[in-house]
Amino acid sequence: MAQHRVAPAPPREGLRAPVGRRRFLGYLIAAPTLVVAAELTRQEVFGGPSATAAPILSAPQPPEAYDLLDLLRDSMRPTANLIRIEVNPDGTVSFELPRSDNGQGIITSTQMIIAEEMGLDVDQVRVTLADARPELLFNQITGGSSTTFTTYTPIRVAAALAQMRLLDAAAQLLQQDVRTLTARKGLILDPLGNSLPIGDLAGPAASSVTEQVEVVLKPREDFTVIGKPQGKTDARDIVTGRKSFVNDLQIPDALPTVICRAPDLNGTPDDVDNLDEVRKMPGVTDVEIVSTGVAVRAKTFGQAIDGVRALEVAWNRGTVAGEDDASILKKLKAAELPLVVPAGAVDTVEGAFTFYFKSNSSLEPNSAIADVRGGRAEIWGPMKNPVTAQNAIAKKLGIPQNAVTVHVIQGGGSFGRKLFFDAALEAAEASQKMGKPVKLMWTRADDSRQGRVHPMCTSRVRATVTKDSVLSFEQRHTSVSTDFTHGLGDAITAAGAKAPGGNLTFAESIFELTQASPYNYGVSTRLLNEVDMRFNTSSMRNVYSPDVTTAREVVTDQLANKMGRDPYEFRREFARSERIRGVLDAVAKEGRWGRSMKSGTAQGLGIHHEYKGVSAALVEIDCRPETVNRKIREAVTGPRVTRVTFAIDAGLVINPKGLEAQMMGGINDAIALILSSSLHLVDGHFVEASWDNYFYTRQWNTPPEMNIVIVESDHDEPGGAGEAGVAATCGAIANAYARAVGKVPTYFPINHLEPFPFEPKPLVPPIPESPVDGLRYTY
Amino acid sequence: MPTRTLSLNGEKVTVEAEDDVRLLWVIRDLLGVTGPKYGCGINVCKACTSHINGKAFNPCSVPLSEIKDSDEITTIEGLADGDELHPMQEAWIDLDVAQCGFCQPGQIMAAVAKVRQCRKEGREVDDAAIEEIRNICRCGTYNRIREAIKAGAENM
Repeated sequence: MAQHRVAPAPPREGLRAPVGRRRFLGYLIAAPTLVVAAELTRQEVFGGPSATAAPILSAPQPPEAYDLLDLLRDSMRPTANLIRIEVNPDGTVSFELPRSDNGQGIITSTQMIIAEEMGLDVDQVRVTLADARPELLFNQITGGSSTTFTTYTPIRVAAALAQMRLLDAAAQLLQQDVRTLTARKGLILDPLGNSLPIGDLAGPAASSVTEQVEVVLKPREDFTVIGKPQGKTDARDIVTGRKSFVNDLQIPDALPTVICRAPDLNGTPDDVDNLDEVRKMPGVTDVEIVSTGVAVRAKTFGQAIDGVRALEVAWNRGTVAGEDDASILKKLKAAELPLVVPAGAVDTVEGAFTFYFKSNSSLEPNSAIADVRGGRAEIWGPMKNPVTAQNAIAKKLGIPQNAVTVHVIQGGGSFGRKLFFDAALEAAEASQKMGKPVKLMWTRADDSRQGRVHPMCTSRVRATVTKDSVLSFEQRHTSVSTDFTHGLGDAITAAGAKAPGGNLTFAESIFELTQASPYNYGVSTRLLNEVDMRFNTSSMRNVYSPDVTTAREVVTDQLANKMGRDPYEFRREFARSERIRGVLDAVAKEGRWGRSMKSGTAQGLGIHHEYKGVSAALVEIDCRPETVNRKIREAVTGPRVTRVTFAIDAGLVINPKGLEAQMMGGINDAIALILSSSLHLVDGHFVEASWDNYFYTRQWNTPPEMNIVIVESDHDEPGGAGEAGVAATCGAIANAYARAVGKVPTYFPINHLEPFPFEPKPLVPPIPESPVDGLRYTY
Repeated sequence: MPTRTLSLNGEKVTVEAEDDVRLLWVIRDLLGVTGPKYGCGINVCKACTSHINGKAFNPCSVPLSEIKDSDEITTIEGLADGDELHPMQEAWIDLDVAQCGFCQPGQIMAAVAKVRQCRKEGREVDDAAIEEIRNICRCGTYNRIREAIKAGAENM
């Protein structure tokens, strides 16, 4: 077909721009093929402009390699901060998503959004993850369950513009009125049955100039892709072993590298006795001291681990030397902000809860590849925050930010862990010192003992009540500092969070923006105080909410009890919105609230409101001795959650299958958080060194019955999904447990103070040896 | 350094490695077959689950010297019959099991072996049998894994 360009489109009118429909601005980009773009506005990150709170922005640090002027220059390039969709001659459509997929399914949902707007099949849309793009300003962070909320409209705007251009081009070539054309499976069809593939139209629809164009979006009632269950588009790659994570990449000469770490948390190397001996070990190529330990590079990870195990290192003490759970708890209690209503003055209900340290390790340990040579760095890793990573790596290496290329690779789970880039920083340093590429991996023991954690915290609640109402509800949350120094994905807010007092300001902003009470409890206040104790922390899936919600929901059951009310009826009455009542009613009906339960078993409820959505959980738990004491080799059994009914109103749902998957994961997380998984701080280090010490939910603890209900929503915008399954379920499990055993827990997980059901692994050497008896356990 | 011949996914491959290197690293780092994942290195998480002579095992805990010439090693890459997926792989896709997918090669290899074991022992592939599977999924896909194992077993 002849390649020719299309005359300027006529003004939008008639069917294609109905009166009153909101218009959006897209961009046509000058290119030989059809390239369209849209602005990814920063106002939507974390739910509102106030997230970029003034105190953070007002504390810029001295200019670094990439300074404010660079940033302003980049942001003022007219098309720099745009996201682009490109139509390829082979009939596919390409889009680089400036986010990080760690299993939450955002590649699939993004394919669906584009396919919907352009009348394509989902597999005709190719979505990859964008490299670090500092010019996107606040807009390359994956966190706060914000991805779909922040990208939904901009991606649709670009896709709608592409579709408009393709239709216009087809109209000219087919000599038909554009309003009579339709798009299906990558073909533009006219009423006579003629069709043109979009690949053939990509050239004619291209623009020779870059310009702004107004578009309208497809109305919701015409959706055929969005809202329909869609399996993950990388499922076949996953089940055949073809999906590549960073350690699966074959980068020339990037040899396995492991770091020998200190026995103390954050201990640093002082001196090494046997560097040269270890350098001569089989397979070992390099051994160098780095900031966090001693890096060993070898032909295989096994040999790098052998090298680490052989090293004799003198260590400096760590950042929490000598501290333990009890000493940290004492400091937290001392930092609790006062409650306003005095105890005993009026009728009160009180609660005081402790939440111990948790690990947010994913199954893929912290890993990155780095090639730092000749004043340049190329980094590969699963990073949710690649711009901040790029800036930090440049600073560490002493090279300009634009000499660092950061490739974002799909990750093997995140749960907040990959907001930071600890492995990438270390890989960069090791590669620079060795002058060779490295594939650096934290072993499981490293990841568990020295990796980032969900901070220990306390939550105090005091509510004042009359016979039939709640007059006040005060909650004081006190936590070991949660590290938000990743900022909002850019260098400026990251610098602000690192300024004195900056992190607490940031933390308070996040707390304030996420902790909405779902109840009408009179004068209701929630305050956060954080104490910096130099732990390695980060947001863990759902950040403050699992703990804050558990405390609130447990006290809510007590309030109901005090008033002699049924917990469901009580919640219904005090709920702040019909939306909350909607999900509560759904779980009560589907989960048969109030059905007769055997002694030692019970139901429990919890609700939560966050990420522009509401959720409720109804949990049944079995705490009978025969269940609690069931024996499984090297495992924690304990109370069994036997049934979970979970309802969510998440606004507009892109992919119900994906949403359900995220809720399932959140529910299994909640079971671990409340019943079985925690880290123990002993003498300045965490004891747990593997999955046989840290009891994340396993097959034998997952509920045999799980029913996830997606409640129809009137909301036109998608809410957040990635973290929304955790909090309500935590509250419900805690309440079910309290009802089953007749005692309200005061700390979580409930097994934290029991003796270790394992023999702690040695601290030196820091990595346990791999067993040799694997063939004894075949089946 | 000793040279060894292995039978991996139906092919004879030659590799140079010390006897004590665990098979996982031989497979991943020396042969570039990356389906089996590292998740702990001490036979706990089971992310590297593969088959030896049709039975599930964990190569992170088997030194190369323990492997005999006659042993057939199968990783997830060798489970399908060419382009035709194994019924368990099909079930995994049908039920949209995977989230991040890191543990799933090991989960599928464990599931296939567990079904074979149950058949041999004349047991049902029920919840009790599935709860013997120790593979960790940190995304928490357990419930879909259960459904997929039961569905996959029907077609095995």
